[in-house]
Amino acid sequence: MGVKLLLEKAHVEGIRTYEVYRREGGYRAAEKALKTMSPDDVVEEVKKSGLRGRGGAGFPTGLKWSFLAKPEGIPRHLVCNADESEPGTFKDRYLMEYIPHLLIEGLIISSYALGSNNTYIYIRGEYAWIVDILEQAIQEAKNNGWLGKNILSTGFDCEIYVQRGAGAYICGEETALLESLEGKRGNPRIKPPFPAVQGLWNRPTVVNNVETLSAVVPIINITGEEYAKIGVGRSTGTKLISACGNINKPGVYEIDMTISVEEFIYSDEWCGGIKNGKRLKACIPGGSSVPILPANLLLKTAKGETRYMNYESLNDGGFVSGSMMGSGGFIVLDEDQCIVKHTATLAHFYRHESCGQCSPCREGTSWMDKIFQRLESGKGKMSDIDLLWHIQFNIDGNTICPLGDAAAWPVAAAIRHFRDEFEWHITHAEEAQKRNYGLAHYADPLPIVQ
Amino acid sequence: MAVQFSQEKMNKVQEIIARYPEGKQKSALLPVLHLAQEEFGGWLSVETMDYVASLLNLLPIEVYEVATFYTMYNTKPVGKYVFEVCQTGPCMIEGSHEIIDYIKEKLGIGVGETTQDGLFTLKTVECLGACGYAPMMQLGKHYKEHLTKEKIDAIIEECRKNATINN
Ligand SMILES: Cc1cc2nc3c(=O)[nH]c(=O)nc-3n(C[C@H](O)[C@H](O)[C@H](O)COP(=O)(O)O)c2cc1C
Ligand code: SF4
Ligand code: FES
Repeated sequence: MGVKLLLEKAHVEGIRTYEVYRREGGYRAAEKALKTMSPDDVVEEVKKSGLRGRGGAGFPTGLKWSFLAKPEGIPRHLVCNADESEPGTFKDRYLMEYIPHLLIEGLIISSYALGSNNTYIYIRGEYAWIVDILEQAIQEAKNNGWLGKNILSTGFDCEIYVQRGAGAYICGEETALLESLEGKRGNPRIKPPFPAVQGLWNRPTVVNNVETLSAVVPIINITGEEYAKIGVGRSTGTKLISACGNINKPGVYEIDMTISVEEFIYSDEWCGGIKNGKRLKACIPGGSSVPILPANLLLKTAKGETRYMNYESLNDGGFVSGSMMGSGGFIVLDEDQCIVKHTATLAHFYRHESCGQCSPCREGTSWMDKIFQRLESGKGKMSDIDLLWHIQFNIDGNTICPLGDAAAWPVAAAIRHFRDEFEWHITHAEEAQKRNYGLAHYADPLPIVQ
Repeated sequence: MAVQFSQEKMNKVQEIIARYPEGKQKSALLPVLHLAQEEFGGWLSVETMDYVASLLNLLPIEVYEVATFYTMYNTKPVGKYVFEVCQTGPCMIEGSHEIIDYIKEKLGIGVGETTQDGLFTLKTVECLGACGYAPMMQLGKHYKEHLTKEKIDAIIEECRKNATINN
């Protein structure tokens, strides 16, 4: 069993309630931070921990916090991003559902560090029942003096509010989230200005993911230095992975980023292997936006080294032969899955979720979706593959927000690694309606590139 | 149905507005639209949207813009029970299409349609954050996960029963 910092107590009977959470050592970190540390001490501790944003981009949290502008007389805000809508990702939901006080405690400490007296949790609208769980936890924390005015007689005031979104993946992008929280359409803003200077209602704002803010609790408890010792290199601490697809044990797992991808997939402690004794074909290791990898490149890098479940190793090979940790949404596909069909659902997803502000994204996602529908209905042309390639290429890097890139990358990687499967779809259109291309050569050992 | 919140809901609206700084009551728009949709028949008519605009001191267009942007707001009437089945990749490989086809056949409606008795609407939606428990759908406030044909039968049965009790 690896180290567990977030989910260790998640299955203690009654942990959702304040009493049990407190009895199990909860709110000790909040007490320590508010009573014995200055806000800057907390920021320093988070810096030392090496914690990187768990929402997808992996930006160092302490550094982000230190960018927050602090002009005299203007309130600042912390906003927790609980929009969780990246296909394959369901880890924040797990934290909030099972151990809501951990997030609330993390928010209290982080609000103290950043000087946010009014902190908002922006949660995807579909997680309606979790709103009740969070509001209950907030009320309990307040009843016990952890929120409200003059918390623990420190002079620090803090309120936490839960705001429900209403079904829009784009509102997970931090500036779209802020627009939405202001009661507008979720159209991302042009940066700069960055939220750290002009965010919510033009006030300095920090937006962080649910898991990131929850991780602040163990960091304060064990110190940043100790936290940094867990994991490897710049992948410090633990990471939640939500695993799904053709595996025996789908679910949310906390890993310490030292295990190999192979172990994660096949060990009974984690995914428990591929379902029905099938073989592994491909995997999207960090949520739908990151590049898909065939089995051979997933388990070993192009250099023939073991690939590990951490930021650096998953990214080894860049976009040519690697992928990304992303949001930790780990989607496993077995030998019976069709890469074209799976990618088609993602193309459809991004078309549906594009806010429509920039033409490369709006038009590009719409074309890609149409071409995939054509391929799927057996009417594809060989030139469609290059056309898809060109469209994704023209979106990538040419848009206001990263949704455009997120839509381009899955298509690029699917074509890069599974081009012969795309071709077969076109040359064997009729057969492709009845059966899948299968595993083909995708698990075969590759020549090692030095 | 006259569009007017009860006193209890009005208090809730005030409580929501109080979460934001003075003059920033526009931030209350999404939560208040959710409240309005729940209260006034599961969808947002022009009358309802205009009412919300007046409550928050907004121009009607500011409300229409938002209501049409977010997929959870219905700008057309829907059935009493809306089946929102996820069709994105991870659910697709676990058989969401078969589930959708089964619901279509069982209720005799297509995607986006409502049964004649006004009880059921079928919608397809994108990833709801339940990929490990696929196939799945949203029904009202809750998720129905690990769907099978038998589960669909039971859910439909239960909805019909509840509808008769509530009438
Ligand atoms: C299209 C898009 C969707 C995103 N969705 C989410 C999300 O659901 N949750 C999240 O925490 N971050 C999401 N992000 C990343 C946020 O913009 C932001 O980087 C993150 O909330 C920062 O928090 P972190 O540093 O703690 O990860 C998304 C980004 C993009 C471009
Ligand atoms: S890239 Fe797409 S989602 Fe992002 S702002 Fe442009 S159109 Fe909107
Ligand atoms: S793909 Fe269906 S819930 Fe994520």
